[in-house]
Amino acid sequence: MAGKEKKGVRLDHISKIYTDPKTGKPFYAVNDVSLDIEPGSFVTLLGPSGCGKTTTLRMIAGFESPDAGEIYLGQEAINALTPNKRDTAMVFQSYALFPHYNVFDNVAYGLKLRKVPKAEIEKRVAAILELVELSGMESRMTNQLSGGQQQRVALARAMVVEPSVLLFDEPLSNLDAKLRVSMRTEIRRIQQTLGITAVYVTHDQAEAMAISDKIIIMNKGVVAQMGTSEEIYHHPNSEFVADFIGEVNFLSGDIIEAQGDSCTLSIAGHPVQVANPDGFPVGKQCKVVLRPEAGILGDSGALPCKVVLSCFMGAYQNYHVMVGDTLVKLADYCPVGRKVYRVGDTAYLSFREGCVHML
Amino acid sequence: MKSRQGAALDRKKFFADPVMVVTIVLLTVLLALFILYPLAMLLLDSVYVRETTLVPLESVLSGEAEASYGQDKATGSRTVKVVNNKKTEQAISLDDLSGSYGFLFASNGRVLKEGEEVDPAATFVKVNASYWTADAFPRIFADYTFNRAFFNTLQLGMITSFGAVIVGLLFAYVDCYVRVKSRVVKKMFDVVSTLPVVSPPFVLSLSMILLFGRGGLITRQLLGIYDSDVYGLSGIAIVQILTFFPVCYMMLKGLLKNIDPSMEEAARNMGAGRWKVFTTVTLPLMLPGLGNAFLVTFIESVADFANPMMIGGSYDTLATTIYLRITGGSYDTTGAAAMAVVLLGITLVLFLIQKYYLEAKTAATLTGKASRARVLIEDRSVRVPLTAICSAVSAFVIMMYIAIPFGALFKLWGRDYSLSLKWFQQLFRDDGFKAFGDSLLLSLIASPITALLSMIISYLVVKKKFRGKAFIEFVSMLAMAVPGTVLGVGYIRGFAGGVFRTGFLQGIYGTGLILVIVFVVRSLPVGTRSGISALRQIDKSIEESAYDLGAGSAKVFTSVTLPLIKDSFLSGLVTTFVRSITAISAIILLVTPRYLLITCRINEFAEKGAYGVACAYATILIAIVYAAIVLMNLCIKYFGTSRQLRRKESD
Ligand SMILES: Nc1ncnc2c1ncn2[C@@H]1O[C@H](COP(=O)(O)OP(=O)(O)O)[C@@H](O)[C@H]1O
Ligand SMILES: [Mg+2]
Repeated sequence: MAGKEKKGVRLDHISKIYTDPKTGKPFYAVNDVSLDIEPGSFVTLLGPSGCGKTTTLRMIAGFESPDAGEIYLGQEAINALTPNKRDTAMVFQSYALFPHYNVFDNVAYGLKLRKVPKAEIEKRVAAILELVELSGMESRMTNQLSGGQQQRVALARAMVVEPSVLLFDEPLSNLDAKLRVSMRTEIRRIQQTLGITAVYVTHDQAEAMAISDKIIIMNKGVVAQMGTSEEIYHHPNSEFVADFIGEVNFLSGDIIEAQGDSCTLSIAGHPVQVANPDGFPVGKQCKVVLRPEAGILGDSGALPCKVVLSCFMGAYQNYHVMVGDTLVKLADYCPVGRKVYRVGDTAYLSFREGCVHML
Repeated sequence: MKSRQGAALDRKKFFADPVMVVTIVLLTVLLALFILYPLAMLLLDSVYVRETTLVPLESVLSGEAEASYGQDKATGSRTVKVVNNKKTEQAISLDDLSGSYGFLFASNGRVLKEGEEVDPAATFVKVNASYWTADAFPRIFADYTFNRAFFNTLQLGMITSFGAVIVGLLFAYVDCYVRVKSRVVKKMFDVVSTLPVVSPPFVLSLSMILLFGRGGLITRQLLGIYDSDVYGLSGIAIVQILTFFPVCYMMLKGLLKNIDPSMEEAARNMGAGRWKVFTTVTLPLMLPGLGNAFLVTFIESVADFANPMMIGGSYDTLATTIYLRITGGSYDTTGAAAMAVVLLGITLVLFLIQKYYLEAKTAATLTGKASRARVLIEDRSVRVPLTAICSAVSAFVIMMYIAIPFGALFKLWGRDYSLSLKWFQQLFRDDGFKAFGDSLLLSLIASPITALLSMIISYLVVKKKFRGKAFIEFVSMLAMAVPGTVLGVGYIRGFAGGVFRTGFLQGIYGTGLILVIVFVVRSLPVGTRSGISALRQIDKSIEESAYDLGAGSAKVFTSVTLPLIKDSFLSGLVTTFVRSITAISAIILLVTPRYLLITCRINEFAEKGAYGVACAYATILIAIVYAAIVLMNLCIKYFGTSRQLRRKESD
């Protein structure tokens, strides 16, 4: 990869309109999306099925043309370029290996198109196969490989041409759960080794968090939030994002007092101290985003609650408690040595310092 | 919604791929020129008359001819041109000929030289008149010959389709529902269902005559019937049913396999008998499929030329009537064109119903696969009679085929049943080598062209988005609905004088090229259909990833698509070859003495009653076709894509 300038990808107010085949009405599959993906970074598009992730990715690859906006690869506007002229390489969900070629020919395909000399092709294919740990399998046909191996061939085939951007469309969703975990680490490792810019599409939030520098959450064709995993987990900017990433409880309350970057909320009639970095004013109706591990049950505290479910899950004690009319799910990690509440007990809920967030 | 730049970008990307653009334009032109244009010319011919009359120069000079052609002049145009002996047109000053369009002939029909002295009384002007007319259709509908042929065609279509669907259904039912113990019987079904599909069209007619005709082995020798008459409706109907039922069988088998047995079991459970289940569950489920099979057979039957020609006797159908009109010397081209338009109309309407209505409906009623295997019927009262009927039909068909080589080997069918090779010897002493050479050559040229074209068309239709795609798809499928005779007449009318009678491409008329083109056009729909279904099975992203890695459309096609549908390509190659070498309906109208084709020879000899030579030709033809199919299967086995899949299984 040496010597090649790394390029980022920029999407400038990109929209794509499709016609709904059932109703015949046009709709925005992607609506005014702007992204700036830095060279060498690993960015994930995350969102529920049908939110426009694949469409966005395919517009970057050139298979679909945006109805509005411009896409840049590095400094170059690439809207009018066909996929074969774009310096991108895509890894498909179905691997899309050429079944009539063996592993070597699959990987060498892009290099042959680029008229790379034969000796160099052999060298580069060998190097990339080494990287994906498939050395010695050059002459296997693709249907003689396991799912994980096929995925690695697909990865090698895309990477060997040294594209400016690697595109992944749910590359792991055809693998079983265990393989998925090890492959995602693998992909991350290889991407880091080569330093290629990568855009990765998935609907699996754990995968996204494990692999990315930056996550872009999409919903109904628009970008809901962008940020690192931590930012998105701890400071979701909407109920949708909070709900989509991890387990979450929402507690509604009114601000009855605000002082500096802290305020007092009235939740189910009980006053609770919460950090208020955004400076919400008194009287605002808020939602407290409470992750299960951010709530602590104790014999004293601000919010009285009733335990309706308590069970031991190994790593944590799982509680369901009622705060007023709201069901709150809690996870008490490493419960050994602490008091375990039983169904019917009354307990007090307090928030772990700095771990709750208001919307 | 805002203005959509996507469409504009897509267009830009499309034009960035010159190979594909050129391919599409070329394909469109070729399809328009060789499929649509001849049909359009037919239509034109039936409403637009071009007449040529010889008028004595004398009467033109005296103004009489003017008077007698005044009527034409009112509706059409005339100009003057005179041909010199080199046949190049040359305007000469004949002021008195003002307004007529003509050639000067001496009384013996010789074209006059320029400047030659002429005797006005013995000289004729060839006057071409052209005008629109609406009376061709009323005229043919009032024509007795046409009416009878029209009625005959529909009657035959009905009988054949009913018969073929019923026999096909019987075979399909036995195959899917009944336990057939004997492996010989099973094997026999297989053979019988493939034989007529690949055999030359008139083989069954030929053996029908040999076995059941006036001197028939069975009718005369065995049964002692001396006045047996196979010529006519019953003969054609039997032959057509035997020819077309395998197609119904294959179609219906596909349907029956998809019926979930639990539906029928549920009905049985509620107390319905087997017959009741068949009539209340199975049959209604298959109804659209039966309709589909019926129409497909109907189109085939109506379009069939060879069988009515050989065994029809005085029972003329539209296809044979048109042929006779063209070749019989009556030169009623307008009438023939109008008849061809009627015939085309029938097949086209049926084709549209079948393709756009019934096919969708069949797919809708029977979706998905059967969840598990069906419990086959063991019951003797069902098994024995059904198996017996099917075996009898199979034995009959096999006997018909066996009759052909014996027809070639017996010294004199009907008289002397001793074996000899004299018919084969006569065949090769005649023009046998040339006939086989020509047929083979033309078919071998046509088949790779067709196979490649149909793969390209299927690739474009399935994988690409572009304007005009619907046109390409429709026209290449349309050829399936065009009877060969109609296409033949269309080619005569469309190319004999060049495209639009301008002389452009006139050179191909009467050559081998036009025969090759006809072969290609006739096989294109079959190849395209198989290519389309093969391509639909291939994951879109395989080609996309090649595209993404830097391959243009042409490269994607040659390096990925084509290798993946190799089987379909190979079978397209052989199907075209078989269809071409056994074709007769269109080419019999277009072939010139420069080329001898096997099928035309068989037709000729059979017409003359020289059944021995006809059988010798047919025997060798069947052998060639069979060899081609065996070769194809071997190729698919050793080079086809399925080999790669098999390797996995052995892993
Ligand atoms: N070619 C198409 N024509 C019409 N609608 C489409 C097309 N491709 C995708 N869509 C629709 O656009 C929306 C976004 O699709 P997609 O980008 O594939 O979602 P995701 O990958 O996030 O699951 C979906 O509602 C989908 O049905
Ligand atoms: Mg998707």
